[in-house]
Amino acid sequence: MGIQIGKFIGVNIAKAVLLIIAISVVCFILVSASPVDPVRAYVGEVGMANMSQEALQQLNDYFGVNTPFWERYFNWLGDFVRGDMGQSLIYRQPVADVIGVKFINSMALMITAWIISGILGFILGIIAGMRRGSAADKLIKGYSLLLASTPSFWLALIMLMIFAVWLQWLPIGLSVPIGVDASEVSIFDTARHLILPALTLSVIGVANIALHTREKVIDVMEADYIVYARACGESTRQILKNHGLRNILLPAITLQFASFSEIFGGSVLVEQVFSYPGLGNAAVSAGLSGDVPMLLGIAVISAALVFTGNLIANILYGVIDPRIRRSMLHE
Amino acid sequence: MEKTKEILNIEDLCISFEQYEKGLRRVELNVITNLSVNVGEGEIVAVVGSSGSGKSLLAHAVLGLLPKNANVRGRVSFRGELLTAERIRELRGKEICLVPQSVSYLDPLMKVGAQVRHSRGDEDSIKRQERLFGDYSLKQKTAGLYPFELSGGMARRILLASALMESPKLIIADEPTPGLDLPLAKKAMADFRSFADEGNGVLLITHDIELALEVADRIAVFYAGTTVEEALVSDFEREETLRHPYTKALWRAFPRRGFQALDGVQPYVKDMPAGCPFAPRCGLAGPECAGEIPLRAAAGGTVRCVRFSGGEEINGGKEAKSNEA
Repeated sequence: MGIQIGKFIGVNIAKAVLLIIAISVVCFILVSASPVDPVRAYVGEVGMANMSQEALQQLNDYFGVNTPFWERYFNWLGDFVRGDMGQSLIYRQPVADVIGVKFINSMALMITAWIISGILGFILGIIAGMRRGSAADKLIKGYSLLLASTPSFWLALIMLMIFAVWLQWLPIGLSVPIGVDASEVSIFDTARHLILPALTLSVIGVANIALHTREKVIDVMEADYIVYARACGESTRQILKNHGLRNILLPAITLQFASFSEIFGGSVLVEQVFSYPGLGNAAVSAGLSGDVPMLLGIAVISAALVFTGNLIANILYGVIDPRIRRSMLHE
Repeated sequence: MEKTKEILNIEDLCISFEQYEKGLRRVELNVITNLSVNVGEGEIVAVVGSSGSGKSLLAHAVLGLLPKNANVRGRVSFRGELLTAERIRELRGKEICLVPQSVSYLDPLMKVGAQVRHSRGDEDSIKRQERLFGDYSLKQKTAGLYPFELSGGMARRILLASALMESPKLIIADEPTPGLDLPLAKKAMADFRSFADEGNGVLLITHDIELALEVADRIAVFYAGTTVEEALVSDFEREETLRHPYTKALWRAFPRRGFQALDGVQPYVKDMPAGCPFAPRCGLAGPECAGEIPLRAAAGGTVRCVRFSGGEEINGGKEAKSNEA
């Protein structure tokens, strides 16, 4: 058993490493092929025009513009492995530091949304599935279908209009109050700024989870073993508790962890609308201003994040589903 | 036949499903029509029919397990008491137990021991479950397995043990023997026998007429959703004592009786002929077979055939039958 687990961990680490190498190579190729010029991004248009040829040459050498592609890539990879992701051109700070801050902001947002949408979606899905055809089901299904087809940035704008502009209950953007010293920002302030973006992401996320759970509940409740449980005198409540939940939970958990990538994708747009300083927002600004080290760093970190989500789903599946667990142990 | 107290009495059971064809045209599919069977105390009654004749639906109908789009008409009574939807809910799992057809009736994510105990964990339940496992030569550690780890025969035994976990008055067994080897099948049948001999009833639903003849007291022959004949097992000794042409054809198809297969197939529910469903394949069929076919009492059983002249017509069912018996 110990060997099995060791092998499992080893294989997944190898997968993660390969994934990150593949992602970084692809990003490198894309950036090289794009018109993004690090020197131009660093000194700006005006700077370019006023600079001497010598100074430009120096900068070109510094940024390795004329270094061959693979050499440049391995330089980057070597530094990356040592923990140095380079200097961000727009923040003028090490990429690792910037990502560290943005990552914490984004994680606060995403994990809140992820938990709320997971729990709420699961509960709503079960209610709808157990009472298929009822008014509650129609309401939940209608809500979910409507929201599943709503673009997240549009919903973000609506939320912003209602809660920040009209009602003025919540701040209009950013993650801290404007004009307040960083040392005076309380956790309460941070939480208040988190509400709207997190709510937007949750409301969108709920739809998907609820619809999937509902389908699964309907499937499970029609299964032979539910019929048999009923034949054995179990009430609907007992059936849900004894057989329903565990059979529904399994796909729900996979879905929940796999939805990590969706929430991440959604957060890029939502962060942009709320000017929330997270990874998504940073990715957009890095892209717009040609901040190559930043872009590469974010690409790698987000790939690792989504990979982790899927990996956790795989592991949990093995823990919860006896069919997978036992076959892993007996192999 | 001795007069026995009745446990289950099914009279003129009809089951139909509503379906929508080509958009909005609603069609009723009659899957079971005018089915009548009864099971008395100490009796094993086998309902024998080929696949697709609606046998499993019968079990589901008695236990109130049919899906919502099913319409059920007719009378089902249990120990003289009409079975309403509420009454079934109280009785099933306690007085009436089902032995389902396949391993898919076990929860794939639950250990079989707990399933046999119906999720109970008290000491008595565990003891009883352990004893049942012993009876059916299941190793005690089988209790810790999940359904996907069972062989077909083990699953079958688990399902049997599961029904015997309670002390029901009636067991409805839906094809309980496929996958069991001969000694185990015999053991299962012997258990049904001794269960019935304690004054209980077994409704054995099967396609295996040989098995039915070996263990049952009476056999209801099921064809295309209806019972064409109910006869004592002893009537199956000679062709002459059987009454319905389909039963006779079945008899002639036995390996030791000539192995003569009947041409044609059972009609599909959608193109069921009016009157006797067997008429298209019957050598004795005439124009009157397309009309209403009354159920007639015969010595020790009933038959539904216009060609059978003995016995009286049964209308209310119950009275006529008990007089005859």
